[in-house]
Amino acid sequence: MAVPALRLHDVRKSFGRTSIINGVNLSIEPGERHAIIGPNGAGKSTLFNLISGRFGVSSGGIELHGEDITGLEPEIINRKGLARSFQITNIFPRMSVYENVRCAVLWSQGYKYSFWHRVDGLQKVRERTSDIVERIGMAKRSDRLAGVLTYAEQRALEIGITIAGGANVVLLDEPTAGMSRSESDEAVELIRKVTEGRTLIMVEHDMSVVFNLADRISVLVYGEIIASGSPQEIRGNSAVQEAYLGTEQH
Amino acid sequence: MIRKIAFWGVVAAVFAVLPFMFSHSFALSMLSQMGIAIIFALSYNMLLGQTGLLSFGHAVYFGLGAFFCAHALNFIGAGKFWFPVTLVPLIGGLAGLVFGLLFGFVTTRRAGTPFAMISLGIAEMVAASALMFTTFFGGEGGIATNRAVGKAFLGLSYGPQIQVYYLIAGWCLASMIAMFALTRTPLGRMANAVRDNPERAKFVGYNTTRVRWLMMSLASFFAGIAGGLAAINYEIVTAETLGLVASGNVVLMAFIGGIGQFWGPIIGAVLVTLLQSALSNYTQAWLLYFGLFFLVIIMFSPGGIANLIVLHRPVWKAGLVRRLFPSYPIAALAGVVLLAGFFALVEMIYHFEAKESSSKAFSYFGVMLDPLQARYWIGSAVVFLVGIALVHGARTFVSRAWDDLTLDLQKSGAV
Repeated sequence: MAVPALRLHDVRKSFGRTSIINGVNLSIEPGERHAIIGPNGAGKSTLFNLISGRFGVSSGGIELHGEDITGLEPEIINRKGLARSFQITNIFPRMSVYENVRCAVLWSQGYKYSFWHRVDGLQKVRERTSDIVERIGMAKRSDRLAGVLTYAEQRALEIGITIAGGANVVLLDEPTAGMSRSESDEAVELIRKVTEGRTLIMVEHDMSVVFNLADRISVLVYGEIIASGSPQEIRGNSAVQEAYLGTEQH
Repeated sequence: MIRKIAFWGVVAAVFAVLPFMFSHSFALSMLSQMGIAIIFALSYNMLLGQTGLLSFGHAVYFGLGAFFCAHALNFIGAGKFWFPVTLVPLIGGLAGLVFGLLFGFVTTRRAGTPFAMISLGIAEMVAASALMFTTFFGGEGGIATNRAVGKAFLGLSYGPQIQVYYLIAGWCLASMIAMFALTRTPLGRMANAVRDNPERAKFVGYNTTRVRWLMMSLASFFAGIAGGLAAINYEIVTAETLGLVASGNVVLMAFIGGIGQFWGPIIGAVLVTLLQSALSNYTQAWLLYFGLFFLVIIMFSPGGIANLIVLHRPVWKAGLVRRLFPSYPIAALAGVVLLAGFFALVEMIYHFEAKESSSKAFSYFGVMLDPLQARYWIGSAVVFLVGIALVHGARTFVSRAWDDLTLDLQKSGAV
């Protein structure tokens, strides 16, 4: 069997005495589109924060392509090829769309902390940035300040920033939260397009998005994964229906 | 590219002709001070404006650069080693860089208020050390030096002030270009990113502490160059050079000029130098006026003077400047009345307190005021109060003009 793109081994996290994540085991294959669903407060965002290095784990291990990344700083994990978006839009509001994306491109193109290159003169960076801006459908708004974009545009930009560094494992935290139906449909198409050939892990509340996009689904309830499987399996799983889907079926 | 070269060429030309326009020795020494202040204020804005680091200890690097240069000049003078005086500021820059790397390693681990507090602590520590280690810092007397040392190169002995002015102007121009170019590099852009959203910067692969540290070290480098020029200019460096007052002064320059634009601190540096050297010749109360000036700027234009200019750019571009008439001249006139009354009151208080026995009367813009007679107090107070009322009225005028303008600007698509 191939080395999983991401593997969580008995990951636990508690804040003081409150235990949020209670031993999560998860293995995600390269190229898989994996959705993590669960009721509010189940610990989905916390799980993302642990994987991406925003918080340290209390115990357990996390591997990226077989390499232990437990306890590394977020920027180190990012450089190893894991990028994430945020549930609450997290962009550079005082920069243009183009500059936002470029910030995310610079490191991966090897320019790091350079103060001897003229940033506008970097051919590779320019091409890559324009390509990403184009792919998130913002070519016409390239010069707009990110802070004045509409909500849906900011969400698209957030995805653009996330994928711009060329990470092969992408974590999206509720990418369609707060969107109208049509906006959400567009976002799904965008996500499908830009995560082509990458491993995608997403937290999502909108079930139509989840069943539309995901190859596999894991259900997180009270900090534990109670079921993992294909969309069909999850739909038919009685424990899941009881714990989660049953209470939220419209 | 050609436009850029042309722009810096114009700046260089202005620097070159300034001494011919203001040839008085007082003006020349003030221009020299301004050049030093411009480098210092711009280097400070690399921290505050570009990286979001509010430092209360930037004069540390200016001062250390100055001390190292003073010692270097003395060594050159004693014949211990040869080094062209023209390049001595570079020694100051390197000293600034080294101490920036050293202290910055500690201070930049935190941003925001903790950074400000740690920078204050380091400033205090270095200032205290300056009085303790008298061999290097010269105690209260400081370190005196002589800039006219070594062999004159191309006829440059740096004896006459005019040569020092051109030395400062040259370094000022080079530093301005370098600092401006730095804003257009990957590091410069990521400094903005770290300022605006450090968390996001981490998740695109950047160590935010490293970005702050590098920016701080480079800012200290330029501060050190400014310090080195100060050592050459004044030929004496005292502990005050790296003290808290000096650190506070550069904060004022940056804020008055405006931290949101690259060129903002240049305005601040020029204005503050002008006020400090010129105003102090006319009135003892100049510190009070200076403080109030700062207060007014921060209250009414938190973005500094640069922001006021930027605000008017679309009006200028749309060719609607005439629409600001007559409201602006009216407001200016109202302001003059208010200030005339206010200055008169403050000056009367100062002269009332003064010790001279016979007469306390003094000339105020050609009018004799006598603080021992009530009618002058009442007169000044009336002018002041009328000024307040006029300014209040003028504000409505100005805001109405702007309301009209904003509409038209939106229509023409300029905003």
